Amino acid sequence: MKRLLPLTVTIALFVAMAAFGAVRYEGFLSLQVLLNLIIDNAFLCVVAVGMTFVILSGGIDLSVGALIALTTIISATLLDLGWNPYATMATVLVLGAAFGALQGFLIQRFNLAPFLVTLAGMFLARGCCYLISTESIPINDATYAAIAQARIPVGGGASLTIGGLIALAVVAIAMRIAHSTEFGRTVYAIGGGESSARLMGLSVDSTKVGVYLLSGLCAALGGIVMTFYMLSGYSLHAVGLELDAIAAVVIGGTLLAGGVGYVAGTLFGVLILGIIQTLIAFDGSLSSWWTRIVVGALLLLFCLLQRLFEGRTPRAS
Amino acid sequence: MKRITQHPLFWPVITLALLLVVSALFQPSFLALTWRDGHLYGSVIDILNRAAPLMVVSLGMTLVIAVRGLDISVGAVVAISAAVAALLVGGSFSATGEVQAVHPLWVALASALAVAAACGWWNGLLVVKAGMQPIVATLILMVAGRGIAQLLTGGQIITVYYPPFFTLGNGFFLGLPVALWVAGALWIALHLVLSRTALGLFVRSIGGNPEAARVAGVRSSAITLCVYTFCGLAAGVAGLIVSSNVKSADANNAGQLLELDAILAVTLGGTALTGGRFTLAGTVIGALIIQTLTSMIYSLGVPPEVNLVVKAVLVFTVMMLQSAEFRQLVARLARPDKSLAGNRR
Amino acid sequence: MMDSPAVVLQARDIARAFPGVQALSGAQLTLRAGEVHALMGQNGAGKSTLIKILTGVCTPDAGSIEMLGKAVTPESPIHAQELGISAVHQESHLLPNLSVAENICAGRYPRRPWTRGGGIDWRETERRAAELLAGLGINLDVTQLAGPLPAALQQLATVARAVATDARVLILDEPTSSLDADEVQALFALIRRLRDKGVAILFVTHFLDQVYEICDRMTILRNGRFVGEYACAKLDAHGLVAAMVGRELAASERVPSTQTATKGDAPPVLAARNISRRGQLKPLDLELKAGEVLGLAGLLGSGRTELARLLFALDDRDTGDIAIDGKPVELDGPADALRLGLGFCPEDRKHSGIVADMTVRENIALALQARMGLTKFLTLAEQRQIATKLVEALGIKAASIETPIGQLSGGNQQKAIIARWLATHPRVLILDEPTRGIDIAAKQELMNEILELARGGTAVLFISSEIDEVVRVSDRILVLRDRARAGELPRGATEDAVYSVIAATHHP
Repeated sequence: MKRLLPLTVTIALFVAMAAFGAVRYEGFLSLQVLLNLIIDNAFLCVVAVGMTFVILSGGIDLSVGALIALTTIISATLLDLGWNPYATMATVLVLGAAFGALQGFLIQRFNLAPFLVTLAGMFLARGCCYLISTESIPINDATYAAIAQARIPVGGGASLTIGGLIALAVVAIAMRIAHSTEFGRTVYAIGGGESSARLMGLSVDSTKVGVYLLSGLCAALGGIVMTFYMLSGYSLHAVGLELDAIAAVVIGGTLLAGGVGYVAGTLFGVLILGIIQTLIAFDGSLSSWWTRIVVGALLLLFCLLQRLFEGRTPRAS
Repeated sequence: MKRITQHPLFWPVITLALLLVVSALFQPSFLALTWRDGHLYGSVIDILNRAAPLMVVSLGMTLVIAVRGLDISVGAVVAISAAVAALLVGGSFSATGEVQAVHPLWVALASALAVAAACGWWNGLLVVKAGMQPIVATLILMVAGRGIAQLLTGGQIITVYYPPFFTLGNGFFLGLPVALWVAGALWIALHLVLSRTALGLFVRSIGGNPEAARVAGVRSSAITLCVYTFCGLAAGVAGLIVSSNVKSADANNAGQLLELDAILAVTLGGTALTGGRFTLAGTVIGALIIQTLTSMIYSLGVPPEVNLVVKAVLVFTVMMLQSAEFRQLVARLARPDKSLAGNRR
Repeated sequence: MMDSPAVVLQARDIARAFPGVQALSGAQLTLRAGEVHALMGQNGAGKSTLIKILTGVCTPDAGSIEMLGKAVTPESPIHAQELGISAVHQESHLLPNLSVAENICAGRYPRRPWTRGGGIDWRETERRAAELLAGLGINLDVTQLAGPLPAALQQLATVARAVATDARVLILDEPTSSLDADEVQALFALIRRLRDKGVAILFVTHFLDQVYEICDRMTILRNGRFVGEYACAKLDAHGLVAAMVGRELAASERVPSTQTATKGDAPPVLAARNISRRGQLKPLDLELKAGEVLGLAGLLGSGRTELARLLFALDDRDTGDIAIDGKPVELDGPADALRLGLGFCPEDRKHSGIVADMTVRENIALALQARMGLTKFLTLAEQRQIATKLVEALGIKAASIETPIGQLSGGNQQKAIIARWLATHPRVLILDEPTRGIDIAAKQELMNEILELARGGTAVLFISSEIDEVVRVSDRILVLRDRARAGELPRGATEDAVYSVIAATHHP
């Protein structure tokens, strides 16, 4: 089916890269190496899922990287103060959702450009991070440590972390929301044509606020996953992560203009970003910043392909 | 009096003046100027010097925003330009103890500027020919550009040893910093080109109503391409100033967050993000506001981290003020008795 | 059983003003069950305002609406839908990225019970959509995406969605604008089915033959006022056109001939052969001689603006060639056209004409400057001189030439755009509805200005919906109908003659 074409291209690209790696390097295609793609990029995956909804609705959220950092710092600070670990997690989730909802409200109510509002949000969140602490705060809480070290056996000697599990769970839940709920379908409708969606009587306004709330929530959840991974809160965590998230979404086949794309595609977009880094690491001779260039080139390729794709399917204004 | 308050530069100037006054209140020596080592010396001179790269980038950004575009890759272009210049100049110690440049200085500078202009031209191509949204088109260079800069410098911070290179960022001419002269010259040159040729008129018409400009026979595509190229060039100049100032090229940190500061400077100065009318003077004042704010926060003993929060509040405020819906809301709240019957959507 | 079916919707004495213009006054509308009712009128007649009021987008200043005898005031499109008034607007598109089934059921999805997982029941969605379409005789695969579907099928699906809510009144606003003959028939079949089910249908269109083919009655508006309601059988096309277009000036005087300026044997200044654009204009030939005024007459949607846009290279033509002074030219865009001496004053001045924030002076100087290029700059003094001269000549009322043009009234803005093109001394000037929104005295001035231009050797293509103007000023009149050439009339033709060519239809 034509509508699955972008997703197919993404999956094919991933398979091609995996095959290339398998052929070129010893031990590339082990199960653990593949699972590591998810483990090492779990927080990116969670954030990118939230970003998918925002981009599907035709918007963009530049504040997620800063929100992750803020989440880690607040978590570390609260834990230091002796808070219960689960209360901490609940609190930062609520804060993330509230932050996102506030941005969404400003965008919807005053018709502000999402790019600008979330840019200012990024400044604000990053600034709050620095205000709380410029140093890295280690997390010594026993529960966090236990979660960080937990390994879930998957078979064949390979295992997944809790963070990785959360990432996969988020993907599954998001797929369900996107496909089977009115909220999810309205997101697609807004991306297809906001004025048409309004004329159809869909609840466009509340959904617009909702996608940013969801993005903030995912950023906070990504922050929690990062605290498991790093066991520290640091204001310089996740600098530039929003760009990686956007790249993952675009490479995953979602149109930046909105309306077309699948959450599953974002998962593969994250895997592709991960595999690029793994390939470069395995190679050993290429410097790590080739990652930035390759990601940029892929982004360009997919954007140009999207322009061609858009040219064929007329969009409602 | 009303005419003065309605002048487009009124609020930017007042804001800057306010910041200067507050700074002077907290630090009595703030406004003091002395003559030392053959040049003017003081906090104000410091601000002007540090603001120069931002001024230059913001001038380029002003035109891009005026044609309803955006360029978020300028930070990356600064890094690339710095890297090219530093690599070509380098500087090795010769047998006599003198430092020699690897390539002549003018070659290094010209190459850096050429590469930067090419980056801008690339952005313009994506926007005009491939029809991409400006944010998306410039996002690509923003992502890849740092990688390219890193590649050029091999991940190292390249130190430049050739003294003539340092004048750009550290030297003084007639008592004022060279960087300021460069920024000022660029401003004047831009102003002349915009007012002595039809460019200003065309840019304003393209930003004001792209369709009307096209119908009127304005060559919108060519002009937009030029505007993006110039923005890249401006970022290149800023990269030279920055690397000259720190005598090195740091691909990772050079120009970090510069695009955000530039957009902020342009909007603070009064140019609307919706395009059309723009003000170069406003942009310059906007850049000065940002730099004064940074300096003020530093001199007040307030942790520099507050800087970002303040910038965020500034961006929010300017955005709201520029939003028609917000102004309508304020107008309605100010006049609660006004009848709304029949006024819908 | 009464002669006429039950009245479903009755609107009386509807009035509505917007800043600066009385959009509607004294409008009446009676819609009956099982009847197709046409709403007719030119641009600015008040049709869209009336529809906005019926669908709750805005409220009337005066008047009443009754649904089945009960007074109602629609407050929003959703509320109107609840009252039983559904509308398919010109800009009602399906969401191209969603399936047909989803488009039809959006916002009213059938859900699976929680015990079976909750969420949207897609199978049921598809079944309902398929059932609805089948019941309306529409043959469509509901699982495919709406985007790639031809506009006609999308149209049918949009109508289906509108009636899915048991609408009593269905408003169709220009539904056939982009349909070809077969697609129109498919839509009409659907309309007839709905009519037979007792729905009252309000059909807004400018295609006269369609009105006579499908409608039972019509209501005519002109310049915001109610002209009358007629049974289609009782008012023929000629009378309809006269009622819609009417006549603003008392008695039209024949204007002195400009034949002296026309050179007989020189090649035409502008010659277009076989130009067409798919969906917008069928292949057509056109010639303009220096010093000649060619009037372009036709109703809304007949292709006049599309023709003008093709000539000025604003849109790409699919077929045909354009020649200037007998030599074929390649026009890549408006900048080329301008360079070769063409000028185009667009119909929609707000969207394609004025740059609202720039001053009157700058707006006037823009095209001339665009032609001169980047470096040959008109100094401020020169701009002022040109602008002041033209402001005076055209009687533009502005506080000063430094006022932002957005602050001028619509009519003065229009004059300023014309001034812009006059400043370029064009060889060919295309004027698309230049007199719209201008008062009578100013219209006279403009007519005289056009004749002055022609006397000076400029070829003018004059497009107007006001037939009396076209007749007064043109050396020849080219009539378009349904995006194709319908006929040509010589100088001295009467308005009636023009009406006849426009109205000449296949209906008996």
